[in-house]
Amino acid sequence: MNAHLAATGSAYFLDTTKKEVETHTLAVIVDNEPGVLARVIGLFSGRGYNIDSLTVSETEHNKHVSRITIVTTGTPQVITQIIHQLDRMVPVHSVADLTVQGSSITRELAMVKVAGTGEKRVEALRLADAFRARVIDAGTTSFIFELTGKSDKVEQFISLMVPLGLVEVARTGVAGISRGPEGMKV
Amino acid sequence: MSTSELMTGAEIVLKALADQGVQHVFGYPGGAVLPIYDEIFQQEKVKHILVRHEQGATHAAEGYARSTGKCGVVLVTSGPGATNAVTGLTDALLDSIPMVCITGQVPTHLIGNDAFQECDTVGITRPCTKHNWLVKDVNDLARILHEAFYVATHGRPGPVVVDIPKDVQFAKGRYVGPKNIEHKTYRPRVKPDQTAVKAAIDLIATAKRPLLYTGGGVINSGPTASKLLRDFVKLTGIPITSTLMGLGAYPASGEKWLGMLGMHGTYEANMAMHDCDVMINIGARFDDRITGRIDAFSPGSKKIHVDIDPSSINKTVRSDIPVIGDVAHVLEDMIRLWKAAGHKLDQKALHAWSKQIETWKARDCLRYRPNKDVIMPQYAVQRLYELTKDMDTYITTEVGQHQMWAAQFYKFEEPNRWMTSGGLGTMGYGLPAAVGVQMAHPKSLVIDIAGDASVLMTMQEMSTAVQHRLPIKIFILNNQYMGMVRQWQQLLHGNRLSESYTEALPDFVKLAEAYGCAGIRATKPHELDAAIKEMIKTPHPVIFDCRVANLANCFPMIPSGKAHNEMLLGEDVADEDVGNVIDAKGRELV
Repeated sequence: MNAHLAATGSAYFLDTTKKEVETHTLAVIVDNEPGVLARVIGLFSGRGYNIDSLTVSETEHNKHVSRITIVTTGTPQVITQIIHQLDRMVPVHSVADLTVQGSSITRELAMVKVAGTGEKRVEALRLADAFRARVIDAGTTSFIFELTGKSDKVEQFISLMVPLGLVEVARTGVAGISRGPEGMKV
Repeated sequence: MSTSELMTGAEIVLKALADQGVQHVFGYPGGAVLPIYDEIFQQEKVKHILVRHEQGATHAAEGYARSTGKCGVVLVTSGPGATNAVTGLTDALLDSIPMVCITGQVPTHLIGNDAFQECDTVGITRPCTKHNWLVKDVNDLARILHEAFYVATHGRPGPVVVDIPKDVQFAKGRYVGPKNIEHKTYRPRVKPDQTAVKAAIDLIATAKRPLLYTGGGVINSGPTASKLLRDFVKLTGIPITSTLMGLGAYPASGEKWLGMLGMHGTYEANMAMHDCDVMINIGARFDDRITGRIDAFSPGSKKIHVDIDPSSINKTVRSDIPVIGDVAHVLEDMIRLWKAAGHKLDQKALHAWSKQIETWKARDCLRYRPNKDVIMPQYAVQRLYELTKDMDTYITTEVGQHQMWAAQFYKFEEPNRWMTSGGLGTMGYGLPAAVGVQMAHPKSLVIDIAGDASVLMTMQEMSTAVQHRLPIKIFILNNQYMGMVRQWQQLLHGNRLSESYTEALPDFVKLAEAYGCAGIRATKPHELDAAIKEMIKTPHPVIFDCRVANLANCFPMIPSGKAHNEMLLGEDVADEDVGNVIDAKGRELV
């Protein structure tokens, strides 16, 4: 954060000690009220935090409660700041750092359109089978694959499709949940 | 339910304000709030103070809140009314001032239509409020208003906005009273974790060079917190310094008082911060004006940080023992546990520490060269203090050199007596803030220590003061410059005074007369006392044009990018070589 400004030598950016950046997945339970997503995104842009992925959907309709999953990168100090800044927002019920809570599962869904004929088409189908991607639309010159998995698996599949005629990709972003019997406080 | 039990949105607003105990609302009418103004006209419980600009309303509400501990209330119209309030909302957010700002909005069916005087108020104010609401259904209005007061005043206080479309003000709906139920999601922690308090106490007990660094959180916590702070200092004998926002929590006449710390703080306070071995931060937030360069900030100390807001912990400075909670609760527990454990500081070490502090004090860092012919600004504040100290006095300020001189030379004995814009640094804060303070304390002496540049930013509020018979005193240290801007240009930008001289300043005495209040001018040191006395006894608002030495600068100063033990003292800097004291490298550091 702000590292690119360090060169100006301003006193605001004297902290030049390079700290390791970590990637964390946060789950945030919020009231599903107008503007709540803008509030969360505004916090990230206003304070210069990174968003690698963000998904949101109402998870408890009767309580109007939504769950936001955010993948973010930063130094451990910044990650802690993000959690505290999120937690003090009025419509936020609770925040969980799925990465430090230990055992948790993250998944995302991608739809991948590939166009091609002949050997490339066969190869794409073969790879899709290996990745357990389903064919959800097929024509004589194109496929749409549906793939669910961790982000790196999705990445890998997409990169393999590039030489085989990748046309476009739609990804949902990451959703995450902790293992074990306990749920998040709502 | 019969229709007779239903109330209009506008009626609900006034009922909710009355039920919240609101006595004063600062505001300015306009198209989108006319139904509420119509209700104001037809009731007696809530008094409305008409300002001249919405920014004035917000600062007045801040002054009102800061001097009473109550929530300030603002009422403005849609569009420009709301955007004009943004500066005051941001100011209140940075200084943690409780404020409820009600804004009118265009009717619901016109929202998003670029209607006349429409703006996306909740969008614009989202980053400058603690929370905000757009009320789309009149049946939600009462609940949201009570929630707004709850959020503004609980936890770390702050400003909130309730945006009410005009059709909702006309629509009829159910009223619900303020209930004592806890907020659904917002439940800030006020009682500290006892193990954290115990750890803090045990660390303090081992200290050889302890120091208390207190801030605005002590004031926000209420008078009990200030009392407990004094008890704690008495109990332990630990020396104490404070941020700009925390002045008055510990009395300036107190034996352990080191004066304010930070960029223009005292030499002894900053040296003590640098050399202490246990720092006890109570309700302050390690602001960059306090810490100087972070990597050289108090390198040898263990740090205890007491704050009600968990996001303040480890934000800029790592704390060894964080204690989350309300200052009054934490201090109460600290005192109780300290006594229970029978702790006593190492008296020999504490004595040596006091001796060290005495040698720093002996530098007399606030000394300035007296002048028989021109009023030195420091002298003006000193005389003002001497002549008003035994009175029931409240001080507000604008932002700049005069603000720092006020903080250095005016001695505060009690909390809630000092209103200044610390975090945002809003020029133009002091005059409207004085209006708000005087409204809350009609019989007290309310003085805005002002600068000539700042005061012109909200000068129109003199008209408000005259209308509402608020005898505020505007004490302008007039040097015809934006003094602090000029000081930085002298120190950092080769003495090129780019646009910091104000040509064509108004004649402040005539301006006072134009507003229908009294104007007083003092140009010579020997006239000053009599003029100040005349100001004090004038029962009307006064603009005091105090002509001070034009080129005086504010010292001591920690130049940006320097550590606490590298302060510039006034004696180091003669007027003629003021441009050479900071080297080229330092000039890049802002």
